[in-house]
Amino acid sequence: MNTEMKLYTISIYTENNIGLLNRVSSIFLKRHLNIESLTTSQSEIEHVNRFVIVSEMTEFQAEKVAKQLEKQIEVIRAYYHTDEETIYQETALYKVASDSLFEQRQVQNIIKESHANIVTVSREFFVIEKTGRRHETEQLYKDLKPYKLMQFVRSGRISVTKEPMNISEMLAAF
Amino acid sequence: MKAKTQTANQITEKQTEHISGAEAVIKCLLAEGVDLLYGYPGGAIMPIYDELYKYQDQLQHVLTRHEQGATHAAQGFARVTGKVGVAMATSGPGATNLVTGIADAQIDSTPMVCITGQVGKHLLGSDAFQETDIVGISTPVTKWNYQITEASEIPEIMAKAFYIARSGRPGPVLIDITKNAQFDTFDFEYEKCTSIRSYKAVPEVDENQLKEAAKLINVAKKPMIIFGQGVILGKAELEFKTFIEKTEIPSTCTILGLSALASKHPLNAGMVGMHGNYAPNILTNECDVLIAIGMRFDDRVTGNLATYAKQAKVIHFDIDPAEIGKNVKADVAVLGDVKETLAQILPFVNSNSHEHWMQEFKKLDAIEFDKVIKDELYPTKEGITMGEVIKEINAVTKGKAVIVSDVGQHQMFACRYAEFKQTKSNITSGGLGTMGFALPAAIGAKMGAPEREVIAIIGDGGYQMTIQELGTIFQTKAAVKIVVLNNEFLGMVRQWQQLFFDKRYASTEMVNPDFVTIAKGYHIEANRVTKREDLSKAIETMIACKDSYFLEVCVEKENNVFPMIPTGASVSDMRLS
Ligand SMILES: Cc1ncc(C[n+]2csc(CCOP(=O)(O)OP(=O)(O)O)c2C)c(N)n1
Repeated sequence: MNTEMKLYTISIYTENNIGLLNRVSSIFLKRHLNIESLTTSQSEIEHVNRFVIVSEMTEFQAEKVAKQLEKQIEVIRAYYHTDEETIYQETALYKVASDSLFEQRQVQNIIKESHANIVTVSREFFVIEKTGRRHETEQLYKDLKPYKLMQFVRSGRISVTKEPMNISEMLAAF
Repeated sequence: MKAKTQTANQITEKQTEHISGAEAVIKCLLAEGVDLLYGYPGGAIMPIYDELYKYQDQLQHVLTRHEQGATHAAQGFARVTGKVGVAMATSGPGATNLVTGIADAQIDSTPMVCITGQVGKHLLGSDAFQETDIVGISTPVTKWNYQITEASEIPEIMAKAFYIARSGRPGPVLIDITKNAQFDTFDFEYEKCTSIRSYKAVPEVDENQLKEAAKLINVAKKPMIIFGQGVILGKAELEFKTFIEKTEIPSTCTILGLSALASKHPLNAGMVGMHGNYAPNILTNECDVLIAIGMRFDDRVTGNLATYAKQAKVIHFDIDPAEIGKNVKADVAVLGDVKETLAQILPFVNSNSHEHWMQEFKKLDAIEFDKVIKDELYPTKEGITMGEVIKEINAVTKGKAVIVSDVGQHQMFACRYAEFKQTKSNITSGGLGTMGFALPAAIGAKMGAPEREVIAIIGDGGYQMTIQELGTIFQTKAAVKIVVLNNEFLGMVRQWQQLFFDKRYASTEMVNPDFVTIAKGYHIEANRVTKREDLSKAIETMIACKDSYFLEVCVEKENNVFPMIPTGASVSDMRLS
């Protein structure tokens, strides 16, 4: 089994219960694995939640983590995937002082070229949104940094697999 | 007894009653067949204790002297009966005192339900008096846990708690109940839980896996079985025995597998692991097919994984898919309940014999006897050895007793030398190695199996970790036999200091109190033995006593447990001295 360190996306389908996040994160903590990003949301099935966790580990570890996750009572299924096996995105928000937008033509070019959207504009600041891969949101961050970047925030990864995952059928099989 | 079953039946036949949450908890326990629980009261759980008072003719509550004792007693009860043990405590310190026992039950797969009181819902998160986030604290060491904040949740959650604790691979469940939920009334109705959609208790048996496994077993020239507690938890002792007798495969066990197969069964090849037997450890690295049954390849069993059974094809029978490949890669995994898989594989395996291979075990057994066992059981030096104490106990109990051991050298001697004729006879803290386990666990074991002789074997160190439970023994008259093997050291740690830290005995020497006087202070009959010639008589007197009894045996101070696989070494590098 592969012992090379890699980013893995761990997708977990769960019941929607208080405390489950604690149980899920303790499985990473117990193995001293750092969570790069974590997102939870509803899934395609009613009352079934989905966690998307990104963490660097070996395939050997990923397999064990997925098994330990699946062992938890309220976890329905857990999967691990490499970047190549998934379609994934992150969203970032950039809050920039308004004067730089009006005074520095360069800023408008940056926004246009990066295919980012302006979400809101006020007298003091405007907010730009960019969805994409990490290096894209990172690049925009670097580009805007010199122009009074007041706040920056990036979401966790969300991803879907390239392969179909028929969770509804799996649920029925329990 | 009749009244009790009737109550249970009435409750299962759906009917609603308007009662308090606290009373509902009791009714749930009765419906789950609980008639005995261990615990300690306090503010946040008083409504439930008030109901316990009313229901005391149906449900016996044993007041331990510390909440840790309650968990270990519940564990002892569970281990000897196969039923779910129940422990109860108040919020805050009561709840945190349960944590060691819960962690112990988690790692040793013991079915247990713990119920804790919690501050009222309106106070949650306010750092109220005796508020502690026990759900957060216990998450990593429970199979499941849940906080109830509304009375109406009680029946469904309690039903789930018992189902989860006992089904599949068993484990501890903690249910935290806020005080308002205990006081509030609601329409009570109970239905047992039989499935949870996100939880598959037992994987389905795959016939292909059985056939693959059988194929390997049938061609094996030097097969070896390592069985664990899975055989006991799965109530598969008979299926296991039938399987090994047909295939004639030498069978060795983990510490928790002990007693699943009679010690003197001709195919019983002893115990593996750090202080296990010489032959099965050495031959682990010579067998051609290694069949693991209901065990989890703990590091104390495998030693260095990089050199563990590399030559062998590995077949792993287990109920828990997460165990497959966790430590040792399985060539064939047989998932399922061993009671089913062992029965179903039978038609696929050939009747066989492995005379030549069995001889290899015998040869190494002879070496172990000569180099280790002889001096341990038939010592020529003056001091009493721990091994001879166990040998004398065997002689009197004829291997029929339940042996509850604590943690340390005495535990290894008890597990190495105690004779077992019957399953569920070895109760010890295997995975967590919890000192202080044995005394309260023995109380639970005695209450779970009152007809059996229950003997706790404890070191002078571990004894003092839960010595207060003598009070529980005195109050409940649990006829537990307590043997303290006093070497005036934290022996196991001292052994490591001697072998690996140049004899620097840092904080391992014990200046002990007069244990006999202490026992007598609790009105427990007590005796001390310092000379070999008094030993067997003293043990006979202890066993003959109808009540609880305390026996201190002053043993050789600086004896070591051998054989031994030093940490990080290979199983085949086991040392005899
Ligand atoms: C709660 C706890 N603390 C510490 C240890 C570490 N430990 C393992 S064995 C041992 C010594 C036990 O001494 P004693 O009870 O006297 O038994 P002996 O080894 O002498 O038979 C210690 C301290 C432990 N297992 N459990």
